[in-house]
Amino acid sequence: MRITVTVDGTTYSDEVEPRMLLVQYLRERLGKVGTVVGCDTSNCGACTVHLDGHSVKSCSVLAVQADGCEVTTIEGLARDGQLHPVQRAFHDNHALQCGFCTPGMIMQSIDLLAENSDPDEQAVREGIEGNLCRCTGYQNIVRAVRDAAHEMRPGAGPEAERFSDAEMGTQAGVRRS
Amino acid sequence: MTTAAEPGQEVGKGRLRKEDARLITGRTRWTDNMNLPGMLHMAMLRSPMAHARITNIDTSEARQMPGVLAVVTGADLADSQGSLPCAWPITEDMKSPDAPSMAVNQVNFAGEVVAAVVARSAAEAADALEGIDVDYDELPVVLDLEEAIADDADLVHPDLGTNKSATWIFDSAEAGTGGAVDEAIGSAEVVVERTFRQQRLIPAFMEPRSIVVDPTGEQVTMWSATQVPHILRLMLAMTLGVPEHKVRVIAPDVGGGFGGKLQVTPEEVITFLLARELGRPVKYTETRSESLASAHHGRDQLQKMTIAAQRDGTVTGLKVELLADMGAYLRLVTPGVPILGAFMYNAIYKIPAYHFACTNVFTTKTPTDAYRGAGRPEATFAIERMMDELANELGMDPLELREKNWIKHEEFPYTTVSTLTYDSGNYEAATARAKELFDYDGLRREQAERRQRGDTVQLGIGISTFTEMCGLAPSRVLGSLSYGAGGWEYGAIRMLPTGKVEVITGSSAHGQGHETAWSQIVADKLGVPFEDVEVLHGDTQSSPRGLDTYGSRSLTVGAMAVLSAADKVIEKAKPIAAHMLECSPDDLEFSGGKFTVRGTDTSTGIADVALAVFAAHDLPDGVEPSIDADATFDPENFSFPHGTHLCAAEVDTETGQVRLRSYVAVDDVGKVVNPLIVEGQVHGGLVQGIAQALFEEAVYDESGTLMTGTLADYLVPSAADMPSFTTDRTETPSTTNALGVKGVGEAGTIASTPAVVNAIVDAIRHMGVNDVEMPCTPMRVWQAIQGGAQSAAGPGAESGGGMGSLDAEGGAR
Repeated sequence: MRITVTVDGTTYSDEVEPRMLLVQYLRERLGKVGTVVGCDTSNCGACTVHLDGHSVKSCSVLAVQADGCEVTTIEGLARDGQLHPVQRAFHDNHALQCGFCTPGMIMQSIDLLAENSDPDEQAVREGIEGNLCRCTGYQNIVRAVRDAAHEMRPGAGPEAERFSDAEMGTQAGVRRS
Repeated sequence: MTTAAEPGQEVGKGRLRKEDARLITGRTRWTDNMNLPGMLHMAMLRSPMAHARITNIDTSEARQMPGVLAVVTGADLADSQGSLPCAWPITEDMKSPDAPSMAVNQVNFAGEVVAAVVARSAAEAADALEGIDVDYDELPVVLDLEEAIADDADLVHPDLGTNKSATWIFDSAEAGTGGAVDEAIGSAEVVVERTFRQQRLIPAFMEPRSIVVDPTGEQVTMWSATQVPHILRLMLAMTLGVPEHKVRVIAPDVGGGFGGKLQVTPEEVITFLLARELGRPVKYTETRSESLASAHHGRDQLQKMTIAAQRDGTVTGLKVELLADMGAYLRLVTPGVPILGAFMYNAIYKIPAYHFACTNVFTTKTPTDAYRGAGRPEATFAIERMMDELANELGMDPLELREKNWIKHEEFPYTTVSTLTYDSGNYEAATARAKELFDYDGLRREQAERRQRGDTVQLGIGISTFTEMCGLAPSRVLGSLSYGAGGWEYGAIRMLPTGKVEVITGSSAHGQGHETAWSQIVADKLGVPFEDVEVLHGDTQSSPRGLDTYGSRSLTVGAMAVLSAADKVIEKAKPIAAHMLECSPDDLEFSGGKFTVRGTDTSTGIADVALAVFAAHDLPDGVEPSIDADATFDPENFSFPHGTHLCAAEVDTETGQVRLRSYVAVDDVGKVVNPLIVEGQVHGGLVQGIAQALFEEAVYDESGTLMTGTLADYLVPSAADMPSFTTDRTETPSTTNALGVKGVGEAGTIASTPAVVNAIVDAIRHMGVNDVEMPCTPMRVWQAIQGGAQSAAGPGAESGGGMGSLDAEGGAR
């Protein structure tokens, strides 16, 4: 099947097998290896990307479902050499160790902050519940997300991360992470 | 003698990590990201049977499938694959089965590789697995430790004649370090006995293991998600008979290990053999399900504990009898893991008589091996649980009982009943700080008040005053334990002509932050900017020697080697600087990156010397044009971090639900190079230890199938499952190394498990409960409350602790 997808600002048109997962398409066809695979049951969240501005686990989305969509990965967050505030906050708060969960964790955190611009600790913990980290014990991740919330107010993220409530949930058939 | 780092600006500072820039932007080099010209992909067919003879394998259909280049079975590799190495024969008569990477005639655990397909794409390789037909003749499974050593037990390896691999004993009377434990027990005023079960755990690093082998160069290059690139290279050479100098191993970015990547794996050997055979690069990346089923597991012991004491609380003896589950094979250090605990059961206490006996047992389950703490969490759990049980028996406050028996700070260095010499420690200071942060007395009052009014939610206080031995290790101690290698580490410094510095380390980081910490240490030592230091590691070509990263050894051993190399750089630079300044080397002092003529302001920088040796136009006679240096450091002793952890747990007596209300960890890891990194290590360690107490268990059904084979069933905690922790430190420098540092990687995991279980038992002890088996799921806690249960499996032993979707009847003990 032929699909046309815009990933991190570049438009691609490709023939893909119907069974190909979005994460396989990103990694194997586009070389977007910043997005990683950590499990095969969509529990770990390491593969989280944004599909039309909403976080999805890209192991649970078929590449064909992304046809006509805009995908943002961890590689597309920084603009003009400037880190996204959530990326910076992860660095500033030592919110990563091995870094394998980090791309997914950052993408999910951005989604969380789009829905709740000032989450308390519990809201952060629940908001990133679908993303597993084995190194940090989560404490510094929670700190980083809350820190970023203060930095980002009001709406300091790149354009791709801004969307209105009305736009949310428009991706029928796409599982929200 | 290596001198301590100069008192500079860097060591002790919470430097943000150098490593992060790549990791937060996705510019990563995980092994699975590698893509080489002509690269092929491999998939493994694994046995669904735990114990069976392979009677036939038909690969004809798979060979015909599109894109398939090769299909191999164990019979094809039998002559070339050798036997996977076990580097730790703990006794001379240890029984060790042949350990083929790919099963040849028989499979001994579910998940063992029986065939492999190499194809153009990963998808084609996976598809072709369907075309392989294996006939199995089932054999009886061996799952339970106690049943496995019964006289009429079915045998995992019939040719060994037994399921017992080895029995390892330490006895203080025999060793001359203490009294006879049976006499101590016989004459004791109080004796407490308990049996604890250390459930089977899975390291569950986030990055699944991946291997790429490129055979096209003069050296065969292997990229692997491993903690141990140097050990891997040596073992590939020794296992396969390939010349060591023809193999290069690279550990690129590695996504966590926790001991789980301290291994020489079947998959590494098979990928190596097939890439070499086909003459093209081959990649293999495991799925999470494969990882959980076949990468080595951890813990899995039965611990029979007997403690003897006087009525006043003085402990007089400790007897430890263990059964340890090896699984089906002995992997790299499998048999030594429980033995590492042998030195730690006496913990921080002065115990006059001690006996330790461990029997290692084969079962038809995934092999066990190192998992964060390796032997020491088991020991710490058992002794800290016993101290609480003894305190209860004596009617003493458990902290008072501990203090009565622990080594006082003025008694260091202290040689223990198990022969170790603890170099330093201050248990009083750490405990005082923890009590203060925790409000120990206030929480005890609240506990009494809730008990008084029969609150449905009861409060428990759990204590863990732990120490551990880490910084593995003095080579001669490892030799005395029959370990197959030394415990030294290698470091080197390359001074570039522009004054920049390359540091080479044999440590192999996989999340620990060595690049940052080593840069801080070298920046201070050589007086160069932090940014001017580049740390190279994880490639046998750039870091030619090393023993890699595990056992909290990198800072105490690896960084010490780097520091020692830096000392040599300064020594080599000194005569050249003297020549440049036209003075005697004896008149020079080195500080802040400059050689200064004593008593003057005449100086030259180390960067100037680096440039001078590059030009080499005017050097003193007989001096080589290089100030580069390397060093190998072998510690004289382990390091002994310690600390006091206090946990307040609320137990809902109507549902069995446990909520951690507060957790205070005061750790003493000696001098700290980077407090930010140390705190991060403690946080992560705590969660892994707490997860053992509350959530995680690898469960097998009665046919030997792993029921927790996905992350939906094996409960790695999420952020929502964990509280925030209060962490602090006391600082008693190690006297064993010049930096004064101790290891920190495993401390949190070692300390936290007993703190949590002690808190749970403390909350419901008045309801007749004296133990809850781990993981303390709501069902198990509730069951314990209902029955006043004393240490039992039963309901809740199944996957997900009875909360999952699997049939409760299927849970094997």
